[in-house]
Amino acid sequence: MTDKSHDPNQMTGAAMIVRALIDHGVQHLFGYPGGAVLPIYDEIFQQSEVEHILVRHEQGAGHAAEGYARSTGKPGVVLVTSGPGATNMVTPLTDALMDSIPLVCITGQVPTHLIGNDAFQECDTVGITRPCTKHNWLVRDVNDLAKVLHEAFYVATTGRPGPVVVDVPKDVQFATGTYHPPRKSDVHVSYTPRVKGDASQIRKAVALLAGAKRPVIYSGGGVINSGREASKLLRELVEVTGFPITSTLMGLGAYPATGKNWLGMLGMHGTYESNMAMHDCDVMLCVGARFDDRITGRTDAFSPGSKKIHIDIDPSSINKNIHVDVPIIGDCGNVLGDLLQVFKAEAKKPDIKAWWQEIAVWRARNSLAYRKNSEVILPQYAIERLFEATRGHDTYITTEVGQHQMWAAQFFGFEEPHRWMTSGGLGTMGYGLPAALGVQVAHRDSLVIDIAGDASVQMTMQEMSTAVQFELPIKIFILNNQYMGMVRQWQQLLHGNRLSHSYSEALPDFVKLADAFGCVGLQAIKPGDLDGALKEMISIKRPVLFDCRVAALENCFPMIPSGKAHNEMLLPAEATDEATAAAFAGGKALV
Amino acid sequence: MNQPASAYFLEERHDPTESHTLSVLVQNEPGVLARVIGLFSGRGYNIESLTVSETESQKHLSRITIVTTGTPMVIEQIKHQLDRMVPVYRVVDMTLTGRSIERELAMVKVRGGGDNRVEALRLADAFRARVIDATTESFVFEITGNSAKVSQFIDLMRPIGLVEVSRTGVAAIGRGPEGM
Ligand SMILES: Cc1ncc(C[n+]2csc(CCOP(=O)(O)OP(=O)(O)O)c2C)c(N)n1
Ligand SMILES: [Mg+2]
Repeated sequence: MTDKSHDPNQMTGAAMIVRALIDHGVQHLFGYPGGAVLPIYDEIFQQSEVEHILVRHEQGAGHAAEGYARSTGKPGVVLVTSGPGATNMVTPLTDALMDSIPLVCITGQVPTHLIGNDAFQECDTVGITRPCTKHNWLVRDVNDLAKVLHEAFYVATTGRPGPVVVDVPKDVQFATGTYHPPRKSDVHVSYTPRVKGDASQIRKAVALLAGAKRPVIYSGGGVINSGREASKLLRELVEVTGFPITSTLMGLGAYPATGKNWLGMLGMHGTYESNMAMHDCDVMLCVGARFDDRITGRTDAFSPGSKKIHIDIDPSSINKNIHVDVPIIGDCGNVLGDLLQVFKAEAKKPDIKAWWQEIAVWRARNSLAYRKNSEVILPQYAIERLFEATRGHDTYITTEVGQHQMWAAQFFGFEEPHRWMTSGGLGTMGYGLPAALGVQVAHRDSLVIDIAGDASVQMTMQEMSTAVQFELPIKIFILNNQYMGMVRQWQQLLHGNRLSHSYSEALPDFVKLADAFGCVGLQAIKPGDLDGALKEMISIKRPVLFDCRVAALENCFPMIPSGKAHNEMLLPAEATDEATAAAFAGGKALV
Repeated sequence: MNQPASAYFLEERHDPTESHTLSVLVQNEPGVLARVIGLFSGRGYNIESLTVSETESQKHLSRITIVTTGTPMVIEQIKHQLDRMVPVYRVVDMTLTGRSIERELAMVKVRGGGDNRVEALRLADAFRARVIDATTESFVFEITGNSAKVSQFIDLMRPIGLVEVSRTGVAAIGRGPEGM
């Protein structure tokens, strides 16, 4: 027997966890302690390489890690206890799975001999999180821990990124075993995501693009996930081809909003020109997006005359909702690079002047127009002014879910990727405030703003306390319409204006609330107050809660009534009560 | 047909469905079967038959055979969804290869006397089923074959005095010298 007492790789499971975080370059960890993770917290206490951010609810840790990940491109890391700690993570894990965000979540578990006994704070964490993670592990032997932790980071960050959970029983945290640094053999041989696109498919794609008369590029969150290089290549492709480009909610910023080929966002609340271009195009290039139902509308009427090219790293995204003609499986950045090379070598910029003229006609409809109002602040106006006020700042935007989220997407211009954090797939109210914390942790000196709704913000409000404790000067800009506006809009349009439980009675006094938390409370009621108050908000170097009182009954347009095709959009100018009623009229195949 | 107003497109699809047999090679580790089954239940796919067993113990490999039905688009989805799971090595659509052999084993218990006993043995002989247990008033037959043959045998035993059946579900393998 050899004496292992001086082997630096001999350590407890808890120490291995902290060591693995350091070996993976983790600088920040979001978490909340409890009985089943105390050995790990004890290790955290005794080191200074990883900074732990103590949240107020585990859901907040999860969304903060998501914001951190999305704004940096690095994985977000979370540490929570067993039982309720783990179940509170279900929402952010699901959110991260839907939006392909790399998260590594470490959960404590009751000691192995108690598993299955309904022990105190026991839950079947791997069972509960199996459908909401990319993969998960229960580690029963301390000598497996290093391998599992390294594999967890690898799986979370490669291929289509996503959340993973490593469940570590308390006895495994106490037990001593052998640690090893990350190595290739830590990963399942069965896990081999494809990065490079098939050359013959890329050639077919180039041939289609080169022959297009009415092309459109439709990009999504995959381009952002792929990294900055992918956005650069996307911009270059637009430049080289001269094609119009639109993007999903998740893809905003990959192509700049001031770019001359930008059509605006597409989908249910996208611009008229982008949706019409999608509908009437002859060649569609989809890059890192997944044809989800908020984008396609009625699938049998979706872009009926086009040949479709789809670049995605996840083969299961291809032909899921919409049949495509040229699928290319691979990493967006990698495939775009190859595609550009082939295009530049073998194709010429097609002449699509006539198509741009058609687009100009749609653009002229000015689908984001709204009536000005000097009495009350319109939410669209508030976002426009916020955008103006933040010009020249190093700004990151997060949102909650609802009308304010759509207005933010429509009226805030994103010039760069990784600047826009929103819950797209799951649509999680309460995402934005903790996500802003995560962004601010990663970018201490930047201006981080959560564009919030009065209802959503109350879901994870307690994290203001985290902002104060860790001196994270986030700005929470509430478009306070005193309604769950998006719910109210659907009730008006689809349920005979019966506003069942969508009015926020007894809203807190947000200014006093800010004060109670030790933040700064600001308010604007009249349009004339807005610019001054925004300026003040930005100048304050502490967390601010801004109660922006906006028109209560404003609705979000343009809109594709669900079950309609892209060319059946309802535009704001036409959205009179009668037209709206007709578009959604009961009984007429309106679903 | 009128449908209620909804935030979703409540489209009904009636594309024709097909039955496919999939062979799935997986790492034999805790939870792997739960992952596969959870995928089917979570995404609303059908499982007509599912068999699983370790096939190479040194390499910790198990082979899962799944018979499923769905539209061609759904079958494609199922294969991709299985393939992207971390512990899944390979998914082969045995139906598409068109070169696979499918077998199922059933044990069939029949009870009765007199002419019924004679008839049961005669049918068993015709189906090449073996008697693996016998008492003065019962038989247990073992039958192997494709699912249709097994079902046909069971149907014939019903009027004779079928008591119960235990079926393994389908196992499949490709013809020729190559492995999957
Ligand atoms: C956790 C959660 N519960 C319920 C919903 C359904 N929902 C979507 S938007 C919305 C209302 C949001 O209201 P508010 O935050 O005030 O935003 P507004 O639409 O008024 O801008 C609700 C309840 C949701 N998306 N998330
Ligand atoms: Mg509201």
